[in-house]
Amino acid sequence: MSKLICHQDKVTEANIKELLETCKFDAIENNNGVIEINAGCKMCKICVKKGPKGVMEFIEEEVVQIDKGLWKGIGVYVDHVEGVIHPVTMELIGKAKELAAVVNFPVYCVFIGHNITHKAQELLHYGVDEVFVYDDEELKHFRIEPYTAAFEDFVNKMKPSSLLVGATTIGRSLAPRVAARFRTGLTADCTVLQMKENTDLVQIRPAFGGNIMAQIVCPNTRPQMSTVRYKVMDAAEKNCDPSGKITVCEIDKAKLTSKIEVLKVTKKEIEENISDAEVIIAVGRALKSEKDMAMIQELADLLDAQIAGTRPLVEAGWINAKKQIGLSGRTVKPKLIITLGISGAVQFAAGMGSSERIFAINKDPHASIFNVAHYGIVGDIYEIVPQIIEDIKNSRAEVCAAR
Amino acid sequence: MEILVCIKQVPGTSKIEVDPITGVLKRDGVDSKMNPYDLYAIETALRIKEQKGATIKVISMGPPQAKDVIREAFMMGADEGALVSDRKFAGADVLATSYTISQGVRKLGHFDLILCGKQTTDGDTAQVGPEMAEYLDMPHIANVLKIIELKDKSVIIEMDMENTVEVAEIQYPCLLTVEKDIYQPRLPSYRKKVSTKDREIKMITLNDFEDKDEKKYGLTGSPTQVERIFPPSVNNDRETWTGTGTQLSSKITEKLTQLKFI
Repeated sequence: MSKLICHQDKVTEANIKELLETCKFDAIENNNGVIEINAGCKMCKICVKKGPKGVMEFIEEEVVQIDKGLWKGIGVYVDHVEGVIHPVTMELIGKAKELAAVVNFPVYCVFIGHNITHKAQELLHYGVDEVFVYDDEELKHFRIEPYTAAFEDFVNKMKPSSLLVGATTIGRSLAPRVAARFRTGLTADCTVLQMKENTDLVQIRPAFGGNIMAQIVCPNTRPQMSTVRYKVMDAAEKNCDPSGKITVCEIDKAKLTSKIEVLKVTKKEIEENISDAEVIIAVGRALKSEKDMAMIQELADLLDAQIAGTRPLVEAGWINAKKQIGLSGRTVKPKLIITLGISGAVQFAAGMGSSERIFAINKDPHASIFNVAHYGIVGDIYEIVPQIIEDIKNSRAEVCAAR
Repeated sequence: MEILVCIKQVPGTSKIEVDPITGVLKRDGVDSKMNPYDLYAIETALRIKEQKGATIKVISMGPPQAKDVIREAFMMGADEGALVSDRKFAGADVLATSYTISQGVRKLGHFDLILCGKQTTDGDTAQVGPEMAEYLDMPHIANVLKIIELKDKSVIIEMDMENTVEVAEIQYPCLLTVEKDIYQPRLPSYRKKVSTKDREIKMITLNDFEDKDEKKYGLTGSPTQVERIFPPSVNNDRETWTGTGTQLSSKITEKLTQLKFI
């Protein structure tokens, strides 16, 4: 077993304090001059690297290396509800193709559900080599035991080197179960994935509430597993001509039993709340009349955004008071906020200043909104917004439709 | 009914930074607290106890200081507590942690229902609950929003599925991870603090496990390795764009596409 040992002879009056303070987890204890490591140790080895020289040593045990050559290909779990494929799947396929190119691997999809075989065709437009379909009525609803069994069957059959799973409600429940079954590593919510020549997957994820990034590898077990959130990776491009093949897999019915019964499924009523919104279009006094809200609504629909605004618009009755951003309204922290014709008073900026990406459009180049915006656009919303709406619509026109 | 709640001690703050030059964690103070999501799991257990009658045990894994969170669970109303602690568990990743706790659970007894918070605030993975369920050979449901009905051999729950809400019945023994706000957690009681201050916390070490194979625990039992940690890049770019309406709008569309908002 790998372990940390302390060379007691190198511990002196002078360096003992430094040694204890090196550990960020209070795992190094001084018991009357004898240095001991307690159960708080995270094996971060900072004491070896940054502590007093030569005091702590890490002794690595020789482990039997697995034959990585037996594991080939990158598998993508097709996230779906009743056959409607979640777009995170196309993003994972995009990333899988990029990773596979480094080591010349095929890209597989594993598609588990009921009455889904015909829907697998859609995946062949994104450049995957083979789609493995498990189609059975026991797989109609996501239930952990039968889904894990089907996933396990796929892994045993194809021996994929890496598996990518969307960090959706289903993915976050299924991936750990599969990882535990194969006694392999699983890294949650990866933001960066890279392939090494030796087929090791480099996984980077935020830790401690995003205050630290950790680079993680899984060097001696296969498959290597990662979950990735939606809208993190770039989606694979859709090809007009399908390629690759669909393989329908049989699985022993006995493996699909479950102690869970789904009794009822109801569509969620989503109550809009700007504090939870990922994308916000905020409007201000530059809006000339209430009927112009239609233009704002069109842009918001295209970007899947919620509309919010400043106090004058609330007072004018053009937007609901619940949609006011600022000190006397709500505080928001979306991934994207586009402010349209908002000057950016302190009270407003306080309510949105920590948004991840701030685009601000305003005619006045000296508007204070430009002090908080990442992208300050000096211009007239009445010229720019209709043009953006048109650009987005054009970019979305179905490429394959013309054929 | 036998209920087990899994709890964890986490840093009191997530404001941890990495020194960009030395790569060392900067830490302000050493305060720690119970993982806030675990409070909901404890509360769920207490409500079930009030309704149906149950014994509530709590289990945690960590250094001896982690007994503090078990004491806190006592102050809320938990009946018994155990801490899985051994320096041989040092450096455990999700897999080794899940396996270690599952061994601790087997040592502690048989449970009809195991409850976990949805995730922790330090690791943030939400993976330990499901992995434990695998090692305990029981079904699990994550993101439980509501306990609808407790039956003799099963429980009917409501779970959150992104765009839908599902009602499902799951047989005991099973593991549930509960959403925040399933119930409002009660505050620790001073009266209980006094009455439980001498209550024993059972210590479970590697020697108590069924599976004593050291290779399955701690760093050696962890398939993943942290190669390095570094501070995230901060988006401090400030750009100002000028031009005609058409130029500006296409620049915006381009940027939004690049950032994957279109």
